[in-house]
Parts: sequence; C-alpha cells; structure tokens
Amino acid sequence: MVYKKTKGEIIFDCFNYLFLTLLVVVTLYPCYYVLVASVSNPIEIFASNGMLLYPKGFSLSSYAEVIKSDQIWIGYKNTIIYVVCGGFLSVMLTVTAAFGLTRKGLPGKNLIMFLIMFTMYFSGGLIPTYLVVKAVGLLNSPLAMIIVNAVTTYNLIITISYFRNMPDTLEEAAKIDGAGDYTVLFRIMLPLAKPIIAVISLYYMVAIWNNFMTALIYLSDRKYFPLQMILREILIQNNTDSVAASGTADDAQAYAENLKFAIIVVSTLPILCVYPFIQKYFVKGVMIGAIKG
Amino acid sequence: MKSNNLSVQPLHKKSLLKRMAEYKHIYIILLPTLLYYLIFKYIPMFGNVIAFQKYSITKGIFESRFVGMKNFVDFLTNYKFWELLRNTLSINFYDLLFGFPAPILLALLLNEVRVLWFKKSVQTITYMPHFISTVVVCSLILTFVSSDGMINSLRALFGAESISFMTEPKYFYTIYVASGIWQGVGWGSIIYIATMSSIDMELYEAATIDGAGRFKQALYITLPGISETIVILLIMRVGQMLSLGYEKIILLYNPSIYETADVISTYVYRRGLIEGDYSYSAAVGMFNSVINFILLMTANTVSKKLKGSGLW
Repeated sequence: MVYKKTKGEIIFDCFNYLFLTLLVVVTLYPCYYVLVASVSNPIEIFASNGMLLYPKGFSLSSYAEVIKSDQIWIGYKNTIIYVVCGGFLSVMLTVTAAFGLTRKGLPGKNLIMFLIMFTMYFSGGLIPTYLVVKAVGLLNSPLAMIIVNAVTTYNLIITISYFRNMPDTLEEAAKIDGAGDYTVLFRIMLPLAKPIIAVISLYYMVAIWNNFMTALIYLSDRKYFPLQMILREILIQNNTDSVAASGTADDAQAYAENLKFAIIVVSTLPILCVYPFIQKYFVKGVMIGAIKG
Repeated sequence: MKSNNLSVQPLHKKSLLKRMAEYKHIYIILLPTLLYYLIFKYIPMFGNVIAFQKYSITKGIFESRFVGMKNFVDFLTNYKFWELLRNTLSINFYDLLFGFPAPILLALLLNEVRVLWFKKSVQTITYMPHFISTVVVCSLILTFVSSDGMINSLRALFGAESISFMTEPKYFYTIYVASGIWQGVGWGSIIYIATMSSIDMELYEAATIDGAGRFKQALYITLPGISETIVILLIMRVGQMLSLGYEKIILLYNPSIYETADVISTYVYRRGLIEGDYSYSAAVGMFNSVINFILLMTANTVSKKLKGSGLW
C-alpha cells in the first residue's frame, strides 16, 4: 500500500529526527569531552574552559601518571576479584534457589516466595544491617563485598520466571531414569538455563563493578578498596595525592584536573567498548522481568 | 517417583512431614539462599528494635535499655525533620514528574522512526550512560556544572553570568533530576519499546484503512498498548520513592547545599555511620521504610481501583 504522508506528519518527522539527533549529541558529548580533554595538554585545557571539539595540544602525561599509580591498579585488581567471585556466588545462590522454588508441590513454597518478595518492599534498613554485618564478622573484610548483597530479589524473580517456563518432561524423564535432585539441577537444568545465567551474571557483575556504597559502609582498610572507592576519592573528593606526585607550581591544579579525565577513561572505557556486544543480554533480562513485573 | 505412588496414596493424605521429607534435597539446595535472606534481610528487620532502645555497643541488643518512642519523637520534633521530608518528597516528585515520562516519550518517538539503522543507533547510544558507574557520572556532573565548566561556558556565550551551581541550594533538584534523565532515559525506554513490538500489527493496518493518521494511531493504539506496563512500573517506582538514589546524593552533595540536597537516607547514613548514633538513626530509617511501604500499598490499591490491575 502506498501511504502518502500528510503535511503534519512530514513536519513531525523532521522534528523527530532533529530531536533524536540532538539527544544523541547530548548523550555522547560529555564522553567525547572527557576523551579529548584527557589527551590534551593539561595547561592549555585548563586555560581554555568549557567547550571542546578537538584536543588542545597533545599530551599523554596524565596516562603515564595513571599507569604508574599503584592505587588505581590495586583498585582494579580488587574489583576484578570481587566481580568474579561475587558474580559466581550470586549466580549460584540465585539459580539454585530458583530451581528449588519452581519444583512442583514443594511444601512451604508460597510462604518462602512471599517472604522473599516482601524484602523488595520492606527492608531492615541501613543501621540494623550494619550491626548484623558487624556481628557476623564481615566488617572490614573483603568478603563483605561479595556476601552482603549476594542475592538481588529482582534477579531471583526473573530467574524463577525463566525456570517456570521450562518443560517438566525433561525432569520427569530423568527421574524415571533414576536421577536424583542434584543430578537434575546440575546436569539438566543448569545447561538449559544458560541464557538466563548469562543475563543475571551480567546484571550481578555490573552491579558489583559499580558498587562503592558497600565498600564505603563496611570497608576501612585501603588495601581492600574496589576501584570505585578509589575513583570516589580522586574524582569526587579531589584527592589526587595518591596518584600524582604533587606538582610544584600553579600548574599542579591543571595536572590534577587532567589526571581525572585520564582516570575516567581508564576506568570506564573497557565497559563502554564491551557493552554494545552484550547489550542484547541485558535487553533480554529486561524483557523477562517484564513478563511478571 | 511421584507419578508412581500417585494412585496408591493421594498427595493430600500424606502428612506434611512425609511430604517435606520427600523434598529434603530441594530444601538442602534452597538452604544457602534462605540463610542469606534470614541473616541479611530478616534479622536486620527485627534488629529494628534498637530504634526503641538507647542502644549501646557494649551492652548489645538484649541488654540495652528500652526508651519507647523517644527516638521517633526526637526525630519528628527535630528542626531537620521537615527539611528532610520536603527534600525527599520533592526530589522524588520531580523525578516522577519528569524522569518517569521521559523514557515513555523516547519510546513513542523511536516508534515513529522508520529508518531502522537510525533507530538502532539512537537506541545503542542512549543505552550507553547506563553502563557508566555512579561515581564517574557524578564526577562528570561536578565537572560540567563547576563555575568554569561547560554549562557556564554555554551561558557565557549568551552573556549570562557564571553560576556556582553546587553551592546554591536552589539548583540541586534540577541537577539531580536532569542528570538522572541523561543516564536513564535510553535504558528505561527498552521495556516500552519491547512492549510496543508485541502490539498486534493488524490494529495499525485496520486503523490505516479507517483513515487514522500516525498521531491517532500513536494515541489510540500504541499508548493504550503500553498502558499496563506504565502502571506496573509506576507502582514499583512509587514503592521505591524514599529509598531511591541516595548513593548519587552522597556523592554529589556538600554542606552548603544540605538545605535542599539532604534526604532522609543520607541523614541516616551520616547520623548513624559517621556519628555512631545507632538507635536514633535506626528510628529514622524505620520511619522511612514504613512511609515507603504505605506509599506502595496506596499506589497498588489505587491502581487496582482504577485499572483493575496491580502488582498483586
């Protein structure tokens, strides 16, 4: 069918494309600015103020400082350990629970489901949780980073709704062949649940990667700090001493500012390079979550 | 196994214990996660009794003296109370007013784009800020709104004077909400775009034959098609009202703008963990949770009355 656009629709289309293009520019420009500023000459950029379309001068001195800095790499190392171990623990707890809670006829299933759902809407609060973490000896322990937020109820619920939609026939067939519950879980269900495992692994790992609050609340020893805590000190609290050998003259502030841009690039670029390839898994997670809100 | 003895013994005739014994391996599989919920979710809930005590670390929760509602009364009569409540509600209100519809609007606009590569590119690019960590986003905000930052440079082009955004209380709501939209609008639109793609195409075809233009189609087909998703997300959003975004505020605020930036949860954090006033801040936190819960219940009830559907 040939559909002829009305005048109003043509005008709307023009505005629509214009607006969306503007949105893209507004989204990208801050990131572009940081990238360009990080490779510019610190003194020139400090004097220039504000808008920037191309690098002013060229200098990689800030990157050299970042690469030399122990703090950043200790933070990176800790974060990677937390992401890998925490991701594994979280996924195991979530998947096993989702498996258990989708078994037919399990006595007490509804009660357990209710108790789990309830925590989404009513929480114990910061202080009592802090006292519990302290009581179980996780205060200032790196384990706090992977245990305290190990299970996210939202992730558990989307995993449960995935398991619910899996056919029972496989399990029944395996049971007839004499397979026990553990065999069914590890040999049959887990391989079948790979798509949802991919989704929640990414959810958990990104959450741990971004997490600075747990560290802020429970960790006091710098050697356990994740990258985001180090970034907070440098970027938010303007404490660049741990990275840069403090400068001598007025230029010190210019170098410190420039250093921040390099640090943002070093800490953010890896994720931004990867996300276009993994975004479909995230989108899938959003959709599964949408089935049962 | 179950199917074997179905005919021999109906399920409901078995004693509960027997049935539970049948599932013992399942309970073992569930145990670690249940323990997690017990220790880190439920014990803290009961740990809220310290809100009614004059808790002291040395005495612990069982020995500390009970003081009844004193901590709550102290908070409600504190001069900070109204300021904190106003800020918490205002930030959430503005976020709800502007931040909530933004992804819906973006989804509707993207739905009208017929050039596929353009649509895909806009989507991928607007998802990006979601993957930038809160700490980095906040440092970008602080950089761009600083007195010689980009926003002020833009203002200078039009001859306006430089504003110190982060020391003037009146700008905080705007900064908070606008940056939230910047970071979340693309990501938030995914769910609506997904729901739109499941709307029956025949509806659009029929509407075209009946002579409805694209505006009418958007208004009478697309929007109603996503209305249920909107309602569910709205209720969930209201349910998180008082707990939302305090990480971002902790990173952004400073004492000169506490007047508008300090919210209940940041106050709990400062009074409780920085100053060590456990009982008082537990009471404040509990007040927050209870109000939050009431808001959620109300939103759900209203939605059930109006739309016949809610979260439960």
